Amino acid sequence: MVRFANVTKRYGPLTVLDALNLDVNQNEIVSIIGPSGSGKTTVLRMLMTLEEIDDGVIYVDGTPLTHMERGDELVRANNAHLRQMRSNVGMVFQHFNLFPHMTALQNCMEAPVRVLRLSKEEARHRASELLEMVGLADKIDQHPSRLSGGQQQRVAIARALAMRPKVMLFDEVTSALDPEVIGEVLNVIRQLAGEHSLTMLMVTHQMGFAREISDRVCFFYAGNIAEQGSPDQLFGNPENERTRQFLSAVLDAG
Amino acid sequence: MFDWKWDFAFEILPRLLWATLNTLLAAGIGYGIALVVGLVFALAQRTGNRPLTIMVRECVEFIRSTPLVLQIFFVFYVGPQIGIVLSPWTAGMIAIGLHYASYLSEVYRGGLDNVPKGQWEACKALNLSPTDTYFRIIIPQALPPSIPGMGNYLVGIFKDTPMLSVIAVAELMHAAIAVGSEHYRYLEPYTLVGVIFLAISLPTAFGVRWFERWVRQSLGMGKQHEN
Repeated sequence: MVRFANVTKRYGPLTVLDALNLDVNQNEIVSIIGPSGSGKTTVLRMLMTLEEIDDGVIYVDGTPLTHMERGDELVRANNAHLRQMRSNVGMVFQHFNLFPHMTALQNCMEAPVRVLRLSKEEARHRASELLEMVGLADKIDQHPSRLSGGQQQRVAIARALAMRPKVMLFDEVTSALDPEVIGEVLNVIRQLAGEHSLTMLMVTHQMGFAREISDRVCFFYAGNIAEQGSPDQLFGNPENERTRQFLSAVLDAG
Repeated sequence: MFDWKWDFAFEILPRLLWATLNTLLAAGIGYGIALVVGLVFALAQRTGNRPLTIMVRECVEFIRSTPLVLQIFFVFYVGPQIGIVLSPWTAGMIAIGLHYASYLSEVYRGGLDNVPKGQWEACKALNLSPTDTYFRIIIPQALPPSIPGMGNYLVGIFKDTPMLSVIAVAELMHAAIAVGSEHYRYLEPYTLVGVIFLAISLPTAFGVRWFERWVRQSLGMGKQHEN
């Protein structure tokens, strides 16, 4: 479903991702863990086209994301192609990024109406179903400033889902939350994972959660995958020295 | 010391009040032009088109760095030499409108820069078009913090309308000068002009503050929005 082929990303002299290769299958749930600065978030941001890539190609559903096939060659994608490809991917951010001047419902209706050209009725129906699914049926007419962090993040998940993406990206979605509301957000993701009808890539610091719901866990170190495997294998019996160090550090802290 | 004559003051008041209508009209039209063109200036600097950005930037800087009264003269008197003949009203509105458009574009720019980066990213992630991104998401959030600055320039443009008298736009100052030279009395007309300006500026400034509160509330945003 998603394939990174030799993807490199540099910020000036700093190489954040170094010829990354990563395949994610349809409906697979992959967690990305690792120390900060290891390029985890950059992976998601490139897939959402928030960052340009310097080298390599990302494929989504078999089609190059940031490039277009022109004959036998790959050329830089134009805006039309980017918009076309972006519709496959949805993203939830660390800081929610809800639209503060719109209610929860309006947040979830905006893109379906404007981008997918759904009728208002249809969009409202879809949005209220999703808000109900994330447990916010009674909050649909509230503005974000009236909602707790956990509630805002659940609205953000509903807003992304309303676009019916094939791939969902979760970028440290609980890092900005108070401890007592992390659970409610994880429950929503757990529920999505249970349905197994969505490909999910997740950057997280919640090791227990990653272990519980992932099909595969990738440990990033210095711009590449240092080790990957099933959760049990990676958490239970890590082979890489770096992985062991990282896990003992975060598990001690947590 | 001063030889204030009430009967003379009351005699010329109606004429000055009529001219005040023109002042208000001039300020209103000029401000309308400035609001729209200012937004165009601000957005043009964000298109990512380097030559366009630089051109608009330089225009804005040029207009902001030269006196309004010169710009009014320029449009009105130099225009005809290159074949653009404009009435005083049209020339005056163009000059004062563009002048304040330059100031307002800076206010808008500040407001736009104030919108958190995450809002742009959310728009991109939701695949909103650039037009929808600006008009549905970014500008509504850039607006409330821009209102105090916009309000200052509303009062500013109103106070600058007397400059239009130099090309004989029949606004309040122009009328006061005419009254003065007809009667050889300047104390009453000029004092009345001051009072009229004060009587309009103060409530306007107050109204702007009220308007800002109202906009924030109707957009569902508190005094400061989080994020």
